[in-house]
Amino acid sequence: MSIAVAATQTLEHLDRGPLSKDELAALVARDIPQGSYVNLGIGQPTTVADHLSADSGVVLHTENGMLGMGRAAQGDEIDPDLINAGKVPVTEPPGAAYFHHADSFAMMRGGHLDVCVLGAFQVSATGDLANWHTGAPDAIPAVGGAMDLAIGAKDVFVMMTLFAKDGTAKLVSECTYPLTGVGCVSRVYTDRALFLVGADGATVVETFGMSVEELDERLDIDLRTL
Amino acid sequence: MSRAQIVTSPAEAVAGIEDGSTVLVGGFGMAGMPVTLIDALIEQGASDLTIVSNNAGNGDTGLAALLAAGRVRKVICSFPRQHDSYVFDDLYRSGKLELEVVPQGNLAERMRAAGAGIGAFYCPTGVGTPLAEGKERRTIDGRDYVLEYPIQGDYALIGAQTADPMGNLLYRKTARNFGPVMATAARTTIVEVRETVGLGEIDPEAVVTPGIYVDRILDLSALASQEVAS
Repeated sequence: MSIAVAATQTLEHLDRGPLSKDELAALVARDIPQGSYVNLGIGQPTTVADHLSADSGVVLHTENGMLGMGRAAQGDEIDPDLINAGKVPVTEPPGAAYFHHADSFAMMRGGHLDVCVLGAFQVSATGDLANWHTGAPDAIPAVGGAMDLAIGAKDVFVMMTLFAKDGTAKLVSECTYPLTGVGCVSRVYTDRALFLVGADGATVVETFGMSVEELDERLDIDLRTL
Repeated sequence: MSRAQIVTSPAEAVAGIEDGSTVLVGGFGMAGMPVTLIDALIEQGASDLTIVSNNAGNGDTGLAALLAAGRVRKVICSFPRQHDSYVFDDLYRSGKLELEVVPQGNLAERMRAAGAGIGAFYCPTGVGTPLAEGKERRTIDGRDYVLEYPIQGDYALIGAQTADPMGNLLYRKTARNFGPVMATAARTTIVEVRETVGLGEIDPEAVVTPGIYVDRILDLSALASQEVAS
C-alpha cells in the first residue's frame, strides 16, 4: 500500500547543512501524492499544509470531525465551533464535510486515509512509533488520537529531528519509550535524512549535510541505501 | 425513555442524576461543550461520578469546576493533560482521582458499541502498547487486535445547535464531535441547544441525531429570554 519513492538511488546533499523546519515541512509536502486524503498531526506536522499547493487536490482530515479543512482562521473568520484537532480555529472551504467522532476514527482505522504525518520521540528501524509518553513516572499519561492515527492511515510519515538535544539518535533499533504503534511508520523525514522504515529495516533515501557513512556511524542500526 | 421532553430550567434538565452515575460529557475543547448543563450538575450536587469526556477540564470552569468541587471519582478520557488542566493535574497527582486513558477513537467506538448493543469488539488500535496490556488479543486474517468493551453512560450531557419537538438534533460544524455518539450511549440523554424550532422545520434528510436518542432538551435561547423577561 505504501507510496513508492521516486528516487532510484540514494542522494547525498553534501553541499548544504541540515534542513530547516520549513524545508523539512516542504520535503514532506513534496512527497504527498496529488489528491490524497491526509491527516496532519498536532504541532510541526501542521506546517506541512503551508507547503501544499492549491492545485495539489489534497484533502485534509482533522480527527475532531472534518474533511476538507481550511487554513487557520484569522480575525472575523474565527468561529469557536470550527476548530482543528489542535483546537486552533480553522476555515471551512467549499466542499468541506463534518461528521461525528466515531465516524471520524472509523475512516481513519478503516484505512481510508492515504497519509498521516506525525511527530515522534523515537521511531525504530522496523517502523515502531513512540510519540505519546516519555515513560517518566510522574508524567500524566495523555494519548489523544495518536494511537488511532498510527495504525490507521495507509502511510504514516514521521517528521522529527534525527537527534535529540543531547545528541542521541531518535531513529533506533528498538524504542525505549512506551510505544504508540507497532510497525506502523513507513517513512521518517528528518533534518539530516529521509528514511524508509519497515519490516526490512531502514533505508536511506536522501541525506542533507551528512553522508551515508556519517549517518551509519551515528546511528545504532543497520542502514541500507537504494 | 419515551419521547423527548423540553425542560425550562437547567435544574430540571439535570434533575435526578444519582451519586455514583457514569456521565458522558460531550465537547472537544470548548466546541460542543455543554457548559450550562455542567454548571447545573455542579449545583445539583451529585457526587462520586465517573466522567467520560475527551479532556479533563480546562481552567477553573466547566468540568474543571466539577472536579474541583470534589464530585468526581474517576475520569475516562483520551487527553487529560493540557496547558491549563491544573485542577485535574493536582487531583490526579494527589491520588484523589482515578484515571483511565483511552485512545480517542476507542473512546468514541466504545460508546458507539454501547449505543448499538455490541457486547465487545476487536480493535487494532493500541496493539503492542501499554494501553493494551492485560487485554485479550486475537489475530484475525493476519492482523492483531485487542478486545475492547463498551462504555455505557447513565447520563449524557451534550451540546447541539437545533432541536425540534421530536428531539431531532442538528449540530454546528466541529461542535458535533462526540455528541451524536454519546446521545446513543446513555440511558438518559440531556441536550442543551442554542435554538428549538417547530415540528417540520428540520429537514428529515438532514437530521443528525434522531429524537429516539434524546430525553431532555434545554433551549438556551429560551433561557436567555426568560432572564431578560425577569
